[in-house]
Amino acid sequence: MRHLFLPIALSICALLPAHADQAPTLADDPAVEARVQHLGEELRCLVCQNQNIADSHADLAMDLKKQVREQIAAGRTDREILDYMVERYGDFVLYRPPLKATTVLLWAGPFVLLLVVVLLLARRLRRRTVQAAAANTLSADEQQRARALLAGEEKQV
Amino acid sequence: MSRYLWPLGLFVVLAGFLFAGLFLNPREVPSPLIGRAVPAFSVAQLGAPDKTFSPADMKGKVWLMNVWASWCVSCRQEHPLLVELAKTGTVTMVGLHYKDERDAGLKWLADYGDPYLLSAHDRDGRIAIDFGVYGTPETFIIDRQGVIRHKHTGPLTPALLRDDILPRIRQLEAS
Repeated sequence: MRHLFLPIALSICALLPAHADQAPTLADDPAVEARVQHLGEELRCLVCQNQNIADSHADLAMDLKKQVREQIAAGRTDREILDYMVERYGDFVLYRPPLKATTVLLWAGPFVLLLVVVLLLARRLRRRTVQAAAANTLSADEQQRARALLAGEEKQV
Repeated sequence: MSRYLWPLGLFVVLAGFLFAGLFLNPREVPSPLIGRAVPAFSVAQLGAPDKTFSPADMKGKVWLMNVWASWCVSCRQEHPLLVELAKTGTVTMVGLHYKDERDAGLKWLADYGDPYLLSAHDRDGRIAIDFGVYGTPETFIIDRQGVIRHKHTGPLTPALLRDDILPRIRQLEAS
């Protein structure tokens, strides 16, 4: 039985939650760390793509966070830091893509679609009103009969 | 009739877009570095720690910079192709040994072959960030003037090399 002890002990260890390495924080200064967090939320992790680097523990995201920290320490502004990232990784690194010729469709698309739908709806409603109005018009004959009905003098024909 | 046709039309258009999307590579992010000067750096060489490498050393040559690491599985996948390419002597390749230990890198090259003129040792990934590297392997084509002309993310394949990379190199070498 003794030769089983080590494998079993090791398997139990493997089942225990791994002690995750904490992100190294430069932040003795919470204000700096808050900026890192804020900028990290604006930046896309290129490895995981649908995550920002503040949330990601990918290696590259860690490195980029480190870059952000260092640049904050070097006194760069948020704008400068974002520009630094865009220079290297392109607009894709920004979670909020800038408005320019290639992204006009992206920004304006939903509103254009909304406008189209509103126009279609307006047209349809107008047409329906016209149709309803047409359906409500009575011929001279019908009007006479309606008047007679209202007067309670309807005679069976 | 048209009231039934246009949802169908809409569906077909949408399906067309989605179908085309199946063949796009979401990992392919256009690099803003294309057409720009290669970022300057100077770093120790992997094989000769006392010597440094700087992209300026390659002025006047068309060259490939290939980002690799011993921990990178796809690098190993593309590696035999690079070794083959090196044998033909078509183009000079410089490796950027990315976020890896020196020993591990040297062992890797000893095991699988070294197609590189030399490898620059980017221990902490600093240089790679300047190149906008986000997924190894990555391959950059750099022209005689030191301008980045093309970037490929992910492992190279024989077809890609033949139809895309080599023609680009030939064109740059001819000009």
